[in-house]
Amino acid sequence: MEETKVNPLSLQIDPALFEPATDEEKRQADVMSESTTFFKDGMRKLMKNPLAVGSIIVLLLVVLTITIAPLVVPYTYSDIIRVNGKRDRGNKNLSAFEYSEKEQEFIDQGGKVFPHIMGTDSLGRDYFIRVVYGARISLTVGLFASILVLIIGVIYGSIAGYAGGRADLIMMRIVDIIYSLPDMLIIILLATVLQPILENTSNPLINALGTNMICIFIVFGLLYWVGMARLVRGQILTIKNNDYVLAARSIGAKPAHIIRKHIIPNCISVIIITTALQIPSAIFTESFLSFIGMGVNAPMPSLGSLANSAREGLQTYPMQLVYPAVLIVLIVLAFNLLGDGLRDAFDPKLRSK
Amino acid sequence: MSTNTEKQTPLLQVIDLHTSFKTDKGEVKAVNGVSYTLEAGKSLGIVGESGSGKSVSAYSIMQILDGNGHITQGKVLFKGEDITNYTAKQMEDFRGKHCSMIFQDPMTSLNPVYTVGNQITEAIRTHNKNVSQKEADEKAREMLELVGINEAGRRLKQYPHELSGGMRQRVMIAMALVSEPSILIADEPTTALDVTIQAQILELMMDLQKKLGMAIIIVTHDLGVIAQMSDEIVVMYGGRICERGTAEDIFYNPCHEYTKGLLRSIPSASNMKKKLVPIAGSPINLLNMPEGCAFCARCDAAMKVCLKQVPPELRIDDTHLASCWINVRDKKYREEALA
Amino acid sequence: MKVPQSAVAGRPACSNPRHILMKGVFQIMTRYVVKRILLAIVSVLVICAITFFAMNAIPGGPFNSEKALSEATKAVLMERYNLDKPVPVQFVLYMRNLLHGDFGVSLKTGRDISGTLFSCFKVSARLGATAAVCAVACGIVLGSLAALFRNRLIDRVIVFFTTLFTAMPSFVFATFLMLVFCITLKWLPVWDASNKSLILPVIALMAYPMAYVTRLTKTSMLDSLGQDYIRTARAKGVPMVKVIFKHALRNALIPVITYVGPMLAYILTGSLVVENIFTIGGLGQQFVKSISNRDYPMIMATTIFLAVVMVICNLLSDIAYKIVDPRITLD
Repeated sequence: MEETKVNPLSLQIDPALFEPATDEEKRQADVMSESTTFFKDGMRKLMKNPLAVGSIIVLLLVVLTITIAPLVVPYTYSDIIRVNGKRDRGNKNLSAFEYSEKEQEFIDQGGKVFPHIMGTDSLGRDYFIRVVYGARISLTVGLFASILVLIIGVIYGSIAGYAGGRADLIMMRIVDIIYSLPDMLIIILLATVLQPILENTSNPLINALGTNMICIFIVFGLLYWVGMARLVRGQILTIKNNDYVLAARSIGAKPAHIIRKHIIPNCISVIIITTALQIPSAIFTESFLSFIGMGVNAPMPSLGSLANSAREGLQTYPMQLVYPAVLIVLIVLAFNLLGDGLRDAFDPKLRSK
Repeated sequence: MSTNTEKQTPLLQVIDLHTSFKTDKGEVKAVNGVSYTLEAGKSLGIVGESGSGKSVSAYSIMQILDGNGHITQGKVLFKGEDITNYTAKQMEDFRGKHCSMIFQDPMTSLNPVYTVGNQITEAIRTHNKNVSQKEADEKAREMLELVGINEAGRRLKQYPHELSGGMRQRVMIAMALVSEPSILIADEPTTALDVTIQAQILELMMDLQKKLGMAIIIVTHDLGVIAQMSDEIVVMYGGRICERGTAEDIFYNPCHEYTKGLLRSIPSASNMKKKLVPIAGSPINLLNMPEGCAFCARCDAAMKVCLKQVPPELRIDDTHLASCWINVRDKKYREEALA
Repeated sequence: MKVPQSAVAGRPACSNPRHILMKGVFQIMTRYVVKRILLAIVSVLVICAITFFAMNAIPGGPFNSEKALSEATKAVLMERYNLDKPVPVQFVLYMRNLLHGDFGVSLKTGRDISGTLFSCFKVSARLGATAAVCAVACGIVLGSLAALFRNRLIDRVIVFFTTLFTAMPSFVFATFLMLVFCITLKWLPVWDASNKSLILPVIALMAYPMAYVTRLTKTSMLDSLGQDYIRTARAKGVPMVKVIFKHALRNALIPVITYVGPMLAYILTGSLVVENIFTIGGLGQQFVKSISNRDYPMIMATTIFLAVVMVICNLLSDIAYKIVDPRITLD
């Protein structure tokens, strides 16, 4: 064997070094990696992910813009723009930052006209503010629909998972049936049907949102929660059967304590990830419906309905489609990337690598 | 030390091997300067706990490390030739034909969607393109019989999940030996099996070694298995070799604190009346290796020099070497001319 | 040396692999599949019920249209649709008609719905099937490439495009395609049932499913490549190419097959939009038209038809999965 044999005496080692090492010295040699909580570790991983961080920034920017814009821009989404109080027939379909003839005259006379950042639409309304409101509606619908799904899904799933046995079996059969129904068709169907029914009510909330939006919420509440319920139930079942829960029970921990300390923290990551990915799905659905004409009522805009109206003038004014379309893609992309980032950082199953 | 001027080139030589893995937490140094030699027809046992680098050193020989692992330093010589410089094609040739490997869990190590026969004949025809399917099937059947599976013809057509654990491991062995390699590496071959089956498999391996004459490297954490099978034993910790020697050397005259700790912690005839003493502390963090001996933080007899400097490997005996400063302090080593 | 008999799953060791397969298939057929078929039937019934009762909940009944109907027409309708009978009975009669292939008569055109349904479906099927096949084929290829060349340029490019396509609504993409290729560049004709005009709608329809299949295949391949049996194959000296195609891919495709069902459902709903934009006379466009026309019998019929197609696709996908995976575990 060739190698590393060394004559120890030639190393000239100080005999004092052969004293026994103290515990303190040994501890210093034993460097362990710092322990962190699951949450901190996950957040650290998330922040290292450039796409996720980028998505967060984009979303914050969008939210910021749509919150501030209505305060800054003097137009509303349904106002047909007047110049100096007078009707302006020439202000339709202006391109970005363009002024109509009348507005130009007004400016030359010394008046102030807030620029049309995205131009105007075919009825003479400022497009930028319409897009901003459209984003508001789309995001709000997405958010509330997801929260609805969250609440129903988590409650249903937890009961099924924790109860187990017969109750669980029945509840899951129901989930199976609902899961196999084609959601889009039912939304459309329900919307078609509910519209003439609800048309004549005087309920202000219904009138404001429009029957179609109500339909979306109803259907989300009825159909979309099943995915979340299944996931939550699956998590609970896994955790319930885990050895550490068994260990906790065997030392006498109460059920409430077990739920609080073991079950909930493990479920939260799954719940958050699913919700983050549910929001873009809801926005998708809403814009799809708006696009086929089953969305919000005019004049309230949503990104999908804006895209739909822009179709008619597509050849001459393509930008009217581009603005809302790009915004939809941006928002959905941001949520998707954020959801993926959250999953990479927090999903317990993927963390072994 | 023998003074043969005409020394036979050893079958396999691992020289100062360093292997690490790039992870997002840093570089994990799994193997830090490991050297050993394997002679034809002999058995080498590598023993150590999880994370000691024993499996990784074996995988480095075959170069089947995970994607982010690579050999950072050192050489592996097969019959004198450096295989760390082999191209991918040369390596594919080497694997299976000159050197085969069997793994710990035969259930996950066999592809579930193909029959046993398919997987064995694949091993045959990969290295010998001229063999017809029929001939390959025949050879596969012979091999299965050799490893002690009866009704071999029927078994060839079965899927892995239809066989028992012991049978699957026999299939793995058959698959590994079908091209008559000169080296067989066995990575924890019996860990996933019942105790009674363990004995059968070990017996089978020793039997086959006598029949076919291949050298065996067996990697395990089980001292009992090692004692049965090996001509030479190497004890590893923290990616380094602590001690090496024959079974007698290691078991009756351990010269490294880690080996001593291991022997104290397992039941045996010598400590039947005494309490078992586990080794204190937790396994070493390979991201942050200490300056000195890998074992110093957990060692009862650690000295200041242990923390500062890596102990040199010193010869205790004809067959026995150890890397521990205690031997220096107690002058237990043989002084001799270096070369 | 005595070798123990196979004790796996309590079944006696079988000999002929064909027999194993058939036996296994038969066993699945009698348990898992029956359950799924029952589920499918229940779903269809639920849908029919929802549709029917929803339509009947509209004030003025399902035959409320803008044009004032003459007494004679009303009488004919009453008779045809049994409107004088109580609603549950109407439902049963409607279902009976359905099973005979009688979907009723369109309010708008006055023609038999079943004829329109099937001719429109032919068009949609052509579009949808092409999109499905292309999506799966391209998706598998791209996903495998991304998995094999992980973190290299080709992977990053593929990941970029798949992320983009999963965020792009089909109507945005379809309109964009039409704008660029039909109108501006005039490279491809607007729909005229020729194969060339099929290109753009197919691309618009397959964008999302292809992206999804790509991601799925990539994850599945990476997972497969990380398995122990791949290490064994490498240790045998099997060339890398064969390891990938023979060992990894076969296992990786199993999850992809489960996606085919939901994918077909997506394509069906996607066709609502794509057919509209490209003005293709398929079932999707028909459906949207009937909604704006308030042609209730047509809406009902189309909904039920589409729903049944979706349910069947999901069912076939579930069955295919159980057959393809030889680790036949009884549900």
